[in-house]
Amino acid sequence: MSEVETLAKNETRTGPSRPALDINPPEGARLAAAVKLAANTDVNACFQCRKCTSGCPVAYAMDYTPAQIMHAIRLGLKDLVLSSSTIWLCAACETCVARCPQGVDIVKAMDALRGMCLSEGYKPKEPEVAAFYKYSLNSIQVFGRLYELGVMGRLKLATREFRKDWRLGLGLFKRGKLKVIPDFGSVGEMRRMEFRVVRRKV
Amino acid sequence: MKYGYYSGCCLNSTCKDFDVSIRSVFRILGVEVEEIKNWVCCGSSAVHVAPRYLSVALPLDSMAKAQKQGLDEVLVPCAACYARFKTGLHDINADGGLKREVEQALKHTFTDKLRIISPLELLSAAETVDKIRKSRKTDLSGLKVVCYYGCYLSRVPDHFEDTEFPQSMDRLMDAAGAQLVDWGSRTDCCGGSLSVTRTDIARKLSNDILSAAKKAGAEAVVVSCPFCHMNLDARQGDIEAAYGIKYDMPVYYFSQVIGAALGAPEKDLMLNMHFVNPKRVVEKAGTYGH
Repeated sequence: MSEVETLAKNETRTGPSRPALDINPPEGARLAAAVKLAANTDVNACFQCRKCTSGCPVAYAMDYTPAQIMHAIRLGLKDLVLSSSTIWLCAACETCVARCPQGVDIVKAMDALRGMCLSEGYKPKEPEVAAFYKYSLNSIQVFGRLYELGVMGRLKLATREFRKDWRLGLGLFKRGKLKVIPDFGSVGEMRRMEFRVVRRKV
Repeated sequence: MKYGYYSGCCLNSTCKDFDVSIRSVFRILGVEVEEIKNWVCCGSSAVHVAPRYLSVALPLDSMAKAQKQGLDEVLVPCAACYARFKTGLHDINADGGLKREVEQALKHTFTDKLRIISPLELLSAAETVDKIRKSRKTDLSGLKVVCYYGCYLSRVPDHFEDTEFPQSMDRLMDAAGAQLVDWGSRTDCCGGSLSVTRTDIARKLSNDILSAAKKAGAEAVVVSCPFCHMNLDARQGDIEAAYGIKYDMPVYYFSQVIGAALGAPEKDLMLNMHFVNPKRVVEKAGTYGH
């Protein structure tokens, strides 16, 4: 029995009966605290003015708006937050961060939530976006630099959408803008750095 | 004085034109630059799934190398890289624990002298603008442009621009002799890295920007970010097909326009690397190519 339930039960014994208030359960405080630890920003400062959502260029495509996600974090609705498309569709354009009157770094909070989504075994709502980020990070880990063609190749193998963007790729290649051979200039430069990336299949 | 120069991954592949043209502008204006040796990727959008430590350590690794090379002021042309460096530097200055962790991993102690500079910040200084205005060789007065800043320049921590109304590129285009057109989408988002995965979103956002530019009466868009250029130029055909609108709107890097105004050799401008033919407008505008 949870603390709130115990309190409620004791109350019915001693006074008039009323339902237990479940506004901010301990679990809720934990999610906001985890975001604060990972992103160094306090989501609890949010007072729901929705400036972030008004300015968000991608809000139209999200299942929950940025303001709703901020509120859901405070309520501790972990499953809702980590299974939302919002955390993957955020383009990190920082419009919300620049305008937030409470100084909440929403972009860093989204970064932290993406990390949590992968490390806690949630299924990313936008698997392709998650895969792209992971393959890019992997490319940096191996070459020290981004090898665009390699990342695209892995993405194509994972999504099986071989025909998508072939015209763009060909155009880039014709103009000499596509590096066919990876840049080996900084291979091995990454050894000192700890790549704590979750290796979970998306 | 000599500046450090961080080219980054994009400037070595998908936007070589930016790299070559900005180096050419530096050469003409007498800005001496030295490339950082063994630089690594700034992390780009990939670090959005990485832990905070890595998202800071990755960009600062190249800055540690710059300081070891004796370069304290580093020029970063790519707006996305610039944002990562600025954010990283801001984060370690705000969080002592993170700073210690990063410095230990990189085996380097950062000094206060380290400065990350966007070429726009350097070139839009009053003296340089005057210099460009005076040493103009090509007449671009027929070229109507809108300046598109995108997300990264004005919204990073410790930015040099006004957040909602950046002007550095406008000052430079004015100095280069182009006709400025005012518009309301200068800091909108083009969709950035979603271009690869959720192409529909990037297409919609870029279409909004292109149609705003067209409505304003512009004949070309000037950008400073490789992602914006990719979405507006390389994807323009895609956008036209999806929305049934013909834009035919050339997209230049600001360095290409300044280079053209200062009479840089045609091979340094690399205008032939664009998807939307940009020469037509430049030729119409002035004496370029004669």
